[in-house]
Parts: sequence; structure tokens; C-alpha cells
Amino acid sequence: MRNLPVALAMLAPSLVILVTFVLYPLGKAIWLGHQRCDVEGANCESNGWDQYWDAFRSDQFQNALLVTAKFALITVPLGLVLGIGLAVLADKWLRGIGVFRAVFSSTVATSVAVASLMWLFLLQPDVGALSNVGWLGDLFPVIKNPGLLRDPGTALTSIALSSVWANLGFTFILVTAALQGVPRDLLEAAAIDGAGGPRRFWSVTLPMLGPTLLFVVIVLTTRAFQAYGEVDLLTSGGPRPQDSTTTITYLTYGQESIIRNNAGLQATVAVLLFAVLLVLSLLQLRGIGRRVHYGN
Amino acid sequence: MAIDKLHFESPRGWRLAGRYLLLAGVAFVVLFPVYTTVIASLKPGNRVLRNPLLPDAFTLDVFQDAWTEGHLGRYLVNSFVVAAVVTIAQVATSVLSAYAFAMLDFPGRGVLFVVFLATLLVPLEATLVVNRRTVDSLGWLNSYQGLAVPFLATAFGTFLLRQVFLGLPTDLRDAAAIDGVGHVGFLRHVGVPLVRPTLGALALFSFLSSWNQYLWPNLITTEDDMNTVQSGLRLLRYSALRTPNLLMAGTVIAAIPIFVVLLLFQRQLVRGLTAGAVKG
Repeated sequence: MRNLPVALAMLAPSLVILVTFVLYPLGKAIWLGHQRCDVEGANCESNGWDQYWDAFRSDQFQNALLVTAKFALITVPLGLVLGIGLAVLADKWLRGIGVFRAVFSSTVATSVAVASLMWLFLLQPDVGALSNVGWLGDLFPVIKNPGLLRDPGTALTSIALSSVWANLGFTFILVTAALQGVPRDLLEAAAIDGAGGPRRFWSVTLPMLGPTLLFVVIVLTTRAFQAYGEVDLLTSGGPRPQDSTTTITYLTYGQESIIRNNAGLQATVAVLLFAVLLVLSLLQLRGIGRRVHYGN
Repeated sequence: MAIDKLHFESPRGWRLAGRYLLLAGVAFVVLFPVYTTVIASLKPGNRVLRNPLLPDAFTLDVFQDAWTEGHLGRYLVNSFVVAAVVTIAQVATSVLSAYAFAMLDFPGRGVLFVVFLATLLVPLEATLVVNRRTVDSLGWLNSYQGLAVPFLATAFGTFLLRQVFLGLPTDLRDAAAIDGVGHVGFLRHVGVPLVRPTLGALALFSFLSSWNQYLWPNLITTEDDMNTVQSGLRLLRYSALRTPNLLMAGTVIAAIPIFVVLLLFQRQLVRGLTAGAVKG
């Protein structure tokens, strides 16, 4: 009991910030979510709690949910497989391997804005690099006209590729660290029992990587569902009218989103996003708990 | 000998050459977007698109333009100020709250711990609609306070450090108490030095996640002077779309600080990533 004052004093700075900028906004957003506002985002009036159900069923949200799910279905498996591939490739003792490891980790240093602008320059047809490479444009006309980012069939995949690239360093670093934790005597024992390289990988290495890979999958999925910057910079949610790349986050905050000026509906969609991400966050926490448990 | 076939034995001869070739090829693909960006930023405007894959012209003028016309210099200062404040504050608030949770016994600890835990489940994107209104009503749009204050504490840091504090022997604290050392003195002379490696990882992650914030600065910045590097790049994307070399020079300038930071703090990065430091 006599610790209470000192404990509260130590917790106060964190508590004030976390309550004001994390918990209160969530509660307030849930409240705002049943209101409808005018263009200025003011003069809100209640529209009934049905607004959540209506928003969820609306074509716009259903489209955004589908786009986001597709985005995750491309980026997560591809990012995972490529990350594992790079890590296995660099998991040999060779002269100069440090340089290759640095290169493979390097994309971890790019922010979403930096990575997206690099890919914008590659992909944008009028000012971009690829469309000005003659033979490439002849081989794949879509690169020149309308451009990979402007074709409803390729826009989302192109953004997904830039995102996979940007996350590659993260996956590589984690899988490399996990590979170094695979006991060598286990691999030797398997080799002595006659298991070849691929067999050792599938039956020994991969199961040992299990917890790390689960963790990577959860993180990549969460990131996919929060994707905003790459959409904002590469396509602004277009091409329209299909809204082929309008993710849930872009629907909530994007400058060209149709609910941009309706704070009530913005809050509704933000809360729906929270509900989707809550499931993922719970999985993530479980993942962290397990890692701490195993901790070395 | 079976052992020779083990994958961690180094290969020889043709297999070795093949392996290097493969590594080099993959490295080329990974670096390709960086390569096109860098050579574009080093070309004069009329040469950028002629041979976009070849470095056949060279000038540094574009960097000068990006720095001054593109305001990248100003944006870098803003980003640095905000990230530094957020980092120092997150480390300080996390140390204090982690210590309280790990070393002090007080009524309500369980409840408060659950409150902290709950904040981890709330994604940034779900709070920003309301946070923008809060910051607006405080008069903090277009200000350092607006950019930094919502991020001065992190439950993630609290958990990370609490875990380390829990590992310290309680005898240590008891001995210090008998010697008349208070909590603050104990933290300063024993606690903080003992958790320093974890503090390093936390500081790096706080810095990176603050520096890389994209959505928030876009939401609360309307005056050009108060943009961070990330939101500034968004402006450049629209103002310099017809001058790709300028846009790419801006991108390079924005990327360099973090490349340097990560080169210097590789160890903390790996440590932080493997500890599950992945918020944001």
C-alpha cells in the first residue's frame, strides 16, 4: 500500500498518453460511428447504431474488404516464400556472404513513402523507367498503355509487389536469425540417417522455424490490412470506377475516398477495421507471448 | 562421407561459382529499384528517360534542387526533432512504467496492467479519426506537439522492459533498499544500466516507427513548413511528377538517414525484431 503513490507517479506519464490517444479515441470512435455529419465533419446527428451494419454491407466497404483480403493473399504468401528463399540462400558460410546478407536486409531501411516512390518511378508509364525500355514495352504493352498502375487488372498486384519488396528485409532478418538457431547436430544426425538436402529442409529445418514463421505471417497479415501509404502514393485507390486498390484504410482516410468528409462514417469504418484487426492482434500477442516463453 | 553433404559445409568448384552467381543475380533483382532510383537522381532532366537503366549522364544539381525547392532540408529537421522527442519520451515513460509493474506491489496493479495490455490491441488506424479532432481542438495542427505528443508512450516498450526487470533478482532491490537507496536511485544506478541492451533496441524502434509515420503527419499537416520527410515526399510526388529526377533525388535524400542509422545499429535492429518489436 505504501508503494501506491510512487507507483502511480511512475505510471502516470504513460497512462495519460495511452488513455488520451489510444483508449479514449477508440471509445469515441465507437460512439461517433453511429452518427452522420455534414461536409465540415460538424453538426453530427445520430443515425442509429444500424449505421455499422449498413456500412458493413455497403458496396464500398465490401469492395474495400475484398481488395484488402486480395492484397493480403498476394503479399503474405509471396513475402514469406521469398523471405525464406533468400534466407536459405544466404545461410552458408562463404567469403563475402556478409555483403549479400546486408543487401537482402536492406529493404528494411525503406519507409513506405521511399519504397513506393521508387516503384512509382519504375511503373508509372509517362515518367517511369520501365515504359521507356523499348523491348519491355513491346513485350508487355500494358506497361506503356495504360500502365501497370492504371490497369484495373494489374494495379493491385503491382502495389502488392512493391509491398512485398519493402517487407523482404524484415522477413529475411527474422528467418536468418531463426535458421542460425536450428541445432547443427540435428541436421548432422539427419544427414547420417541418409536424408538429402531437400529432405532435411522439409523435415528438420522448416518445423524448427515454425514459431518464427507463424510470427512473420501474423505481422505481414497485419501490415497488409493496414496498408495505406503505398495505395496513397501509387494509385490513390484507383483505377476508378472499380476502386481496384481502395483498401479499408484508404477508404477511411484517403483523400479521394468518398467518405473523406463524413467524420461519422469515417469512424464507422475505422471501428470496423479495428474489429478485423482485433482478431489479428490477438494472434500476434499470442505469438509474442510464446516467444517470450521460449526465450533464451 | 555423409557430412560433406551437409548444407552448412561450404561448396567447392563449380558449385561454389554457381552459388555466387545465384547470390549475385538475386542481389541484383533486390537492388534493382534502388539502382534505377539512384541513377535517375544523378541525371539532368532531359536525360532521365532516354536510357532509364543506364548511368549515361551525371549531375549533382538535382540534389540541390530537391534540398531547396523540394524543402527536403526543412522536412529532415522536422522529422528529426519529432523522432528524437518521441524516442527519448518513449524510453523514459517505458522505463518508469515497466519498473512500477515489475518491482512494485500496489493495489490495482492487475487492473492497470490490463489497461496497458488493451492498448496493444488498438491499431493506430482506428484512433486517428478522433486523434485528429483532439489535436485540432488543442490548436496543435501544424505543430511539433501535434506530431509528437500522441506517441510519447508505448505499451509495447513497457512490456519489453518489464520482462527484463522481472529477470532481475529481487535480492538486488532488497539490498539496495536496506542501504537506503530509493526507487529512483535504484533505477538510475542499477536498473537502467542492467537493461541497457534492451533499451537500445527499444530506442531504435521508437525512432524508426516515428520517423516512418506516414498517415498521421498527412492528416494533421496543412502548412508546408511543418511536413515531415514522409509527408513531404507525398507533396513532392505531386509537385515533381513531371521531373522524375527531382522526385528520385528527394527519395534518395529521404532514405539516406535511415540507411545510416541502421548501419550503425544493426545489432539493436536484429535484437528488436526478434523480440517482436513490430508495432507500426
